[in-house]
Amino acid sequence: MRPYALLVLAGFRQQSAYRLAALAGLVANTTFGFLKVAILLATVEAAGGELNGYDAGSMAAYIWISQGLLGSVNLFGRTEVAERIRTGDVVVDFLRPLDVQGAAVATEVGRNLFALLPRGIPSVLVGALVVGMTMPTSPLPYALGLVSVLLGITVSVTTVYLVAATGFWLVETRGVQILYMVVSGFLAGLFVPISLFPAPLLALASATPFPSMLQYPVDVLSGRVEGVAALGLVAAQVAWLVATAALGHVLTRRGRHKLEVQGG
Amino acid sequence: MTTSSGPRAQPALHGSRWTPYRAVLGSRVRSQASHRASFGLDLGSSLLVGIVELAEVAVLFTSVSAIGGFDLAAILLVFGLADLCFSVADMVFGHCDNLPEYVRTGRLDVFYLRPQPLLLQLVTSDVSLRRLARAAVGLVALVVGLTVNEIAWGPGAVALLLLAVLSGTATFSAMFVMAGGLQFFLVNGSEMTNAFVYGGRYAATQPGSVWGRPLVVVFGFFFPMAFTAYLPVVTLLDLPAFAGLPGWVGWAAPVAAVWAWLAALLAWRTGVRHYQGAGG
Repeated sequence: MRPYALLVLAGFRQQSAYRLAALAGLVANTTFGFLKVAILLATVEAAGGELNGYDAGSMAAYIWISQGLLGSVNLFGRTEVAERIRTGDVVVDFLRPLDVQGAAVATEVGRNLFALLPRGIPSVLVGALVVGMTMPTSPLPYALGLVSVLLGITVSVTTVYLVAATGFWLVETRGVQILYMVVSGFLAGLFVPISLFPAPLLALASATPFPSMLQYPVDVLSGRVEGVAALGLVAAQVAWLVATAALGHVLTRRGRHKLEVQGG
Repeated sequence: MTTSSGPRAQPALHGSRWTPYRAVLGSRVRSQASHRASFGLDLGSSLLVGIVELAEVAVLFTSVSAIGGFDLAAILLVFGLADLCFSVADMVFGHCDNLPEYVRTGRLDVFYLRPQPLLLQLVTSDVSLRRLARAAVGLVALVVGLTVNEIAWGPGAVALLLLAVLSGTATFSAMFVMAGGLQFFLVNGSEMTNAFVYGGRYAATQPGSVWGRPLVVVFGFFFPMAFTAYLPVVTLLDLPAFAGLPGWVGWAAPVAAVWAWLAALLAWRTGVRHYQGAGG
């Protein structure tokens, strides 16, 4: 496991070099956050102060935690490994004494963990200071929330790896990536919490790994879902992690045989 | 232009000053249309973007009947107007967003060498036809919005609507140009301009009545997003406007467009003069 732990660290440190990029992301995240506050709190108010279990404080918590996670959860569908598969550079990765999928996922997770420092924590602080959000008062939701956030980040990485792995067959994965980008944010509960969806749309969202990336970690960390129900959400995340990682493993093995690279 | 005196040996110069731009744009259009399957996929995903964005707004109205004094019918008008204008602006000016890549690859330096205005070259260097699908979603929402709302139809309403579409498109285009100008300074921090380009689009689809004072200042006036859709709809449907503005304020949309373009050209000029190239 040691090489993979080092790759997580390397990804973390690599991302720390782009300070201006991190600041830029924070500015964009916060702007979107304030716009979400305006429309969603107006919706809660229009519903008489309580909307499907959300009041102003818990809606604010949803908004700022999800904005904070946005830099760490990959909802764009772009990864470095997709480009390496397209150009054929992935051949070099196959020659290394490391699992291609494992190495790609470890590096990506490291990068995304770093983003929590300049983008995640300040976002939540802005929300807490400016808008006022309801957060749990006992330690348990925070502990479970941390696990849930880590799982959410990892599920997003293993799912985006699947997008990249289609490149073994398609070569150019831009179409798949755009499709991922369009549906992931909406179904992950980025603009509207999925519990506000009408029943069929909620069922559709729950049948995808996307809520595991954003909505579930936010629900667990904010204490909106507690106790056994919270453990249920974490279990769903673990299940999606295992499913996406296993599928990625199969695609990588099959793709390796499919891979054709011109060289010389 | 005295085109007739041009030397016959160089047919490229023979023609109007727009010939080079038309040639480049024509080639971009033909190249996109020639890869049928890829273009179809692009159109499809662009259509999906529009539909998902509409769903983001509409989903809220499954729990409540009105937000900030706007019901679903009125919001459809705001969304349709904003998304139609944004998509058209994105189609023509959207690749200003690629400026950091042009800078990194040195393609921008080539633009500097040509005896043509830089912005005009950048704008005409590409056109994203796939955005047409997204514009279609905006147009459909707008048309549905126009039929389900009670509108006092007359020459005034038609004029207001046309004015709103033209001004709104101009305002969003200005946002792309302004972002382009700032990219010369930001490069790695290019995401910052997303705050007012894509954040601006998001703001434009909201009823401005839900905004607090800081958002009114930022997206009501400085980046005049409220003037692209919300305020014209306020005037069209005779609803109360935010910040105590009078009911005719929707007619001021062109003023907002002019303001946006002044700011955009200032940002662009400053950026272009700041750029020094990477050499090589």
